[in-house]
Formats: sequence, C-alpha cells, structure tokens
Amino acid sequence: MKRLKLSKNVKDNLITYGIVILAYVFMQIMINTGHISSLLQGLLVPLCVYVILAVSLNLTVGILGELSLGHAGFMCVGAFAGAFFSRYMENIIEVSLLRFVIAIIIGALSAGIIGFLIGMPVLRLRGDYLAIVTLAFGEIIKNIINVLYIGKDSNGLHFSMKDSMSLGLLEDGDVIINGAQGITGTPKDATFTIGIVLIIITLVIVLNLIHSRDGRAIMSIRDNLIAAESIGINITKYKLMAFSVSAALAGMAGVLYSHNLSSLMATPKNFGYNMSIMILVFVVLGGIGNIRGSIISAVILTLLPELLRGLSNYRMLIYSIILIVMMLFNWSPKLINLRKKYSLRRLFQKTGEV
Amino acid sequence: MKKKVVSLLLAASMVSAMLAGCGNSGSGSSDAGTENAGAETEAGDADAAQTETDAEENVDAESEAAPAEGSGEAYKIGAIGPATGGAAVYGIAVQNGADLAIKEINEAGGINGVMIEYNFQDDECDNEKSVNAYNTLKDWGMQILVGSTTSGCSIAVSAESANDNLFQLTPSGSSVDCIKNDNVFQVCFTDPNQGIGAAQYIGSNGVAEKVAVIYDSSDVYSSGIYEKFAGEAANQPFEIVSSEAFTADNKTDFSVQLQKAKDAGAELIFLPIYYTEASLILTQANSMGYEPKFFGCDGLDGILNVENFDTALAEGVMLLTPFAADAEDEATKSFVSAYEAAYGDTPNQFAADAYDAVYIIKAAIEQSGVAPTDSVSDICDKLKAAMTEISVDGLTGEAMSWEASGAVNKAPKAMEIVNGNYSLIQ
Repeated sequence: MKRLKLSKNVKDNLITYGIVILAYVFMQIMINTGHISSLLQGLLVPLCVYVILAVSLNLTVGILGELSLGHAGFMCVGAFAGAFFSRYMENIIEVSLLRFVIAIIIGALSAGIIGFLIGMPVLRLRGDYLAIVTLAFGEIIKNIINVLYIGKDSNGLHFSMKDSMSLGLLEDGDVIINGAQGITGTPKDATFTIGIVLIIITLVIVLNLIHSRDGRAIMSIRDNLIAAESIGINITKYKLMAFSVSAALAGMAGVLYSHNLSSLMATPKNFGYNMSIMILVFVVLGGIGNIRGSIISAVILTLLPELLRGLSNYRMLIYSIILIVMMLFNWSPKLINLRKKYSLRRLFQKTGEV
Repeated sequence: MKKKVVSLLLAASMVSAMLAGCGNSGSGSSDAGTENAGAETEAGDADAAQTETDAEENVDAESEAAPAEGSGEAYKIGAIGPATGGAAVYGIAVQNGADLAIKEINEAGGINGVMIEYNFQDDECDNEKSVNAYNTLKDWGMQILVGSTTSGCSIAVSAESANDNLFQLTPSGSSVDCIKNDNVFQVCFTDPNQGIGAAQYIGSNGVAEKVAVIYDSSDVYSSGIYEKFAGEAANQPFEIVSSEAFTADNKTDFSVQLQKAKDAGAELIFLPIYYTEASLILTQANSMGYEPKFFGCDGLDGILNVENFDTALAEGVMLLTPFAADAEDEATKSFVSAYEAAYGDTPNQFAADAYDAVYIIKAAIEQSGVAPTDSVSDICDKLKAAMTEISVDGLTGEAMSWEASGAVNKAPKAMEIVNGNYSLIQ
C-alpha cells in the first residue's frame, strides 16, 4: 500500500516535469521553424518568471498554509541584488553565462537571507496578521530601494540615501543604482533555456521538499498546529525553512526578470502590492497546494492580457471578468457539483486533489 | 438561476475572447486605418472602442476603396503608451496627438503620396508590458515607432529596438538613458536640459537668491531634473536653502516641506513635479500665509485645469514648458481646436509632443526619401542620417534640430501665468 502511494507521487512529479520539458521542446521547435510571433517570443522569459513565482509562493501559501502578501518584495530584493552584481561585474566577468549564474545565486541568497530575517519575527504571527506584516514588508523594500543610491568609481563603492550627487563619485564614476531611476543597462542575459532550467530547479526543490520528512512536518503544521507541536515538531524551524526557501526562489525569479529588461525600477506596478496579489491569484486559481495547477494558471493568466490586445481599451475589463468567471468555475461549490455531474472529471480527479 | 447567470457570463466571455482572437486583424485595421491606405477618415484608436462589428463593416467598406489607391503600401507607424492605469492621461494624449497628426497628413495626401498606417498599443506604464507592446507592433509590421511615452518604458523598449535596428522617436521619454542607443531620438527636452535650463534661467535673470526645492523622489522625471538643477545651481548666483522630497505614497500633505522652505527664508520654490501635486502645494502655501514665487518645468503645464483649484493662486507662477494650450500662435490654436473637436479634451504637452513627433518623422522621411518597401533596418539607417539634417517648426519648439546622439536642440520657453493665462516671458 505504501509503495503504491510513493509510486503515485513519483508518477505525479514526472508528469509535472514532463509538461515543462514538453512545453520547452515544443516552443524550441516553433522558434527554430519560425512559427512564432515576436510577441510570444518576448513573453517566454516573463512566463518562466511568473511560473517560478507562482510555484514558490505555493510553498508558503499551499504547503505551509500561511498567507504571504510580500512575495513581490522578495522578488524585488533578488532582482536588484542580481542586476547590481551584473552591472558591477559587467566588464570584469566577460562570460555572460558565468556572470548570470553567479547573479542568480547572489539574488537567491540575498532574498533567502532577507526572508529568513523577516521570517523570524513575522512567523510568530498567524493568518491575517502575517498577511498584513508581509504586505508592509513588501512596501518597505520597494521604498528603501527607491531612495538607495550606489555608485562605483576607482575608489570602490559609494552609498547614499539622499541623492546621486552626495555619492561624491570621481570622474570615472558610474551610478549603478540611481534611486527611483533604478538600474539601467543590465546586460540582457536571460534566455528561455535558462528560464526553463530555473523552473526545473524550482520544481525539484519544491516537490522534493514537499515529499520529504521536512515537507510532511511543514504540512502537519498547516493542518493542525497544536497537534504538530504536541508530537515534538519544531514549529519555528519548519516555518522558517519553508518561508525562506520560498523567498529565495522568488529572488531567483527576480534575477531572471531583471536580466530580461534593460531598465529596472521598483515601481508599484512591478514590485508593489499589486504584483504580490497577482502571484497570489495565480496560486489560488491554480489550486492552493497544487504545484502543477500553479504552473498552468501562471502561464494562462500571463498570456491572457496579451492575447486580448485585440480588444484594445476593453481588454483589462474583459481580463477581470474572465478572472472572476474562472474563480467561480474553479471554486464555487455548486459549480463543482455541476462539473462532477456532467464532465469527464473522473480523469482529472486523481490529480486534482493532490 | 444562479447557474444560468454564471454560464451566461462564461459564454459571454468566451465569445469576447474569440472575438479578441479573430478581432486582431479587424480591430488592428480600425486602430490604424490600415491595410488600405485610403483610410484617412477612419476613426482613431479612441473610436476603436466601438463594437467589433463596426470595425468589420469599415473594413468591408474600405476594402473596396483600397484598390483605387493601388499600391497597398504605406508607412507603418506604431505608438506605445499607457492607456490604462495611473499614467493613462499621458498615454491617451500621445495616442490622440499622433492619431490627429496622421489623419491630417493622410488627408493632405500622405508623405510623398504614400499613406501612413497607425497602430497604438497599451503598456500600462510597465517596462515589461511595454516590451510586449513593442513585440505586438513588430508582429503587425511596424517600421517606425513613436514611443514609449514614459522614460522607464522607453529605456526598456530602446534596448529591443536597437537590437532590431528600428527607428524610434520618443515623444516624451525625457531621461538621458532613453537615447543611449543611436536609433532613438527625442522630441522633448532631456531631464538634465530642463534642470540646467531652469537653474540658468533663475540665475541669469536674477529671479531669486534663496531657492527651495520640493520634488518627488520616487519619480524618475522629478528626481532627474532635481539632480541636474542642484548640480547647476552651484555655478549660479543663487543658493538652494532647502530641498525636500516626497514620494508617490504620500503626496497630499506638503506642510512640512513648505514650513522648512519658509523657515529657511526661500524667496522662490522650484517645483520639478507634475501639476496635481503642485496645485496642492500652492493651495497649502496660501493657507499658511507663505507667498514665495513658484517656478516649475513642463510637468506644471495643465495646472490651470485642475478641478476645484483656485486659479488665482497660480498667478505669477513661472514655468519652462515647450507647449501651452492657451498660447496665442496660429499653429497651437488650430491644433487645440482640432484636438478638442476630435477627442473632446484639451491637449496637454504630451499630445503636442506626439503630434510633433509624427511631423518630424514626415520631415525625416521626405529628407531621406525612404520608401515603405525598404527593410526596417534600411529605413532606420536612412532616417538616422536624415534626422541630423532636418529642422522642424513644431508646436513644442521652433527650428528643432537633432544631434546624432538623439537629443533635440530647441529653445525652452519660459511662461508666466498672468490673469489666468500663460504668457511668454522674453
């Protein structure tokens, strides 16, 4: 019985990896045969970014069972740390792949460390309170970056929180992070292949964590905190583990994001509260705790507004209507009954409730 | 009952999604008056809001007219800007301004007899979405880009357009980084030019000796101008006695900043910000009985149209702006009346920039003699060369000329608000 269950997990994971790899092979064939529009080609890397974000947030929301609204904040930390490194090292490390890999590691580490530091006080809170604090944290990160000025010259690095003039740079100086103007000229190192590799790394980490001893401990905290505590599970440790892994993965996505655009700014639009909610929407629509669902919903919801461009001014309206309808379709009890009654639901039921 | 409603909704959204799918070609043509160059009377993007059926009818009607034009070739000009979200005002202005210019040109017989097709895409003022919009336009076959509207988006898009060697002319992306690549040109002043220009104006005209600055540190435009202003101020015979920042998150109460300026004895407050916040600053300064001079940049244009704002307070405010809707010259007057008739709104500086951008492209095309059948890269190379040779009289400046770097040469106009009107100071 036990063996059967294990093999079901393995099979399930393999399907998830399979979907990603198939999608990659399919897109590569399309690109090489030239059957792809520039729009879609430009969307490939952002799609990878959002998939990683959705999967990593699912670790906090679905597996740990805590509502975090600061995910964009971690992404922001990773994006700026990675982009800063790449800009700083642009002429020192010439091999772009090597530089990018180091940037990814730096971005992930710094976001993970920030996640750990934030997590220590914050994870003592539960439910709504945790959501409020993470929300505030996301905004704080964004605002700090907006007043941060870092430049380099032959004397080394200069920091300021006032303006770029007070950096006191020499003639050969170069302002790397310029307050609200952010980082411009980040080398465009992100490619679809690297994005897919990062998705697979994310999946390996998250799926293995879920199915490990630690993962079961984390899920037991979600299901019943008191019971978990009573059998000697170290609540703080496991909560922190899930939270900082999730933050580090978001940081990784941030690095990918920042190396896809040549200008990076911490605006409310890309790293603010709206983005955190957006990622949460991916997770909720894909099914809380369902990793494969997160991937699919992240892809669909990122593509949708772009595919609706034909509707010009109405597209955001239609987009939100579709969101509401999808939410109802997925979660309304009446509709779930209806679907069960009429559809080929049986086929999907096995995987739908993992 | 509930189910019925939901399924109806679902069906409705499905249908619209399908329309969106197949509407791509249809609405593309309604946006732009595309496919057939004879579409001069075709409504612009704003009217694309009409139903899909409308658009299709138009296509039908025009496809009959098209063969008369014969060639079926046209210059394809794309534009990008935020049509939704907080910065929508600027994007829509660019959209309409460019649309108006293109309609005028097409009505007058096009450029060397060749019509222009126009397509505008929304970027929500997001760098990432702006690149998506750019790629959409590329799929449409864009040859020349008027955009992006905002600085950050322009920088992100210019990296892509440099890659494709596609000619880009940004109407209002004012950051220096926008024109880093040699295929990008600007219509508006760069931020440093505005900051330096303002400092020099205040210094050389002896407007004040003690100056305070209030700026938005979370905004690229504002902090960019401030930095250069402060840098140039060191060379000028006045002193910055206080410089206080605010951010997009708290821009309603300025009493602290004003009090500091007052305590420091500032005679003039420099406001490199947009008019909405400036109107609040003027009101609050008035209520605390502080009456310094105010000096702003082009972002202040529009302050007289703020709702519930006592325009008497703006009396004596000076601003450096390339365009004022109330100006008395013939070109501005006819532009404003045509714009108001077409879109029911008073044009702002962004609309004027976009309007000029289209005429600048026209001049550059005429100078270089590129044909719409040339490849995108050829068009770009020829236009780049032509840009440094032309001189254009537009709404936002007379005898505008360009350096190879992409920056524009034109004289800034200093305006003062007198009796509720902008008047030129010379």
